[in-house]
Amino acid sequence: MDAELVRQRARARTRHTWRHTAVSALGPMTALVGLIWALVQPYRITLLDPDKHSFWYLVVQTPLLVILVGVIFHFWVVPGLLADLEEVEERSS
Amino acid sequence: MAPPAEVVHWMFGVGLLFLSLCLLAEAIVGPVVWRHRSWRAYLWPSLAFLLGVLMWPVMVFYTSSAIHMLAHSAWAQALMLVGAAQLGLVRGKLHNQLWELTLPVALVVSGLAFLLHEQNPWFFSRSAFLHHALGWTLVAGSVIALGRAVNPRSPAFNAGFAVIVITVAALLFCDRNVAPIFGHLSPLAGAR
Repeated sequence: MDAELVRQRARARTRHTWRHTAVSALGPMTALVGLIWALVQPYRITLLDPDKHSFWYLVVQTPLLVILVGVIFHFWVVPGLLADLEEVEERSS
Repeated sequence: MAPPAEVVHWMFGVGLLFLSLCLLAEAIVGPVVWRHRSWRAYLWPSLAFLLGVLMWPVMVFYTSSAIHMLAHSAWAQALMLVGAAQLGLVRGKLHNQLWELTLPVALVVSGLAFLLHEQNPWFFSRSAFLHHALGWTLVAGSVIALGRAVNPRSPAFNAGFAVIVITVAALLFCDRNVAPIFGHLSPLAGAR
């Protein structure tokens, strides 16, 4: 009986819902958009040619900041959110 | 010393992009899961309040005209009002759900401020185009925000609001001090 319960819980844990997938994809998708932007408009990456740009343009490089936002969201917000989502879904099933 | 106007727009775009990811995640998982940890519940209201606070230096340092100052101070107050009202609701200090209406009101104020302080036509320059586009996006977004205020648990309204914020962030990223829009750039805008 206990082994069956353990199996069921393990199955529930591995069966990711669309919510799980969607939340997990937000950060990487954002970072991917930033990466594509950097490839399409490389002149936005001012570090490639630092002598030509002033301080603020070297600090604020939008494609890199978009990637950074995706990374921070993915590693700071998403892990706890997924844990809570799994907990609530397990409780409700 | 002060950053160029386009750089300020990009920095606000970064803040709004992070805010929109939080809103989108909340719309996907639902408010019950999102508010499971208290810091997450406070995240977007705090961010909105912070963006409002950061709008004050913009008002002080970018004094190209009186209407610019008025518009920026209106945004600062609107963002701070939304952030504070949402913080009060999350914390339980405010009980009346009418406080949710601060969000659509703030969007209308922000949208009108964008439209009123841009005195040039749509195709004058990219900046003018974006100000018009941002203004109308925010005014249209206030309808979605009104739906969200009436039905805060609606995934459609929550996701719609997140998409509005993403759109605003994307438009802010497109801003340039002097650049053409669809091949148009007025000589008065600095075209050579």
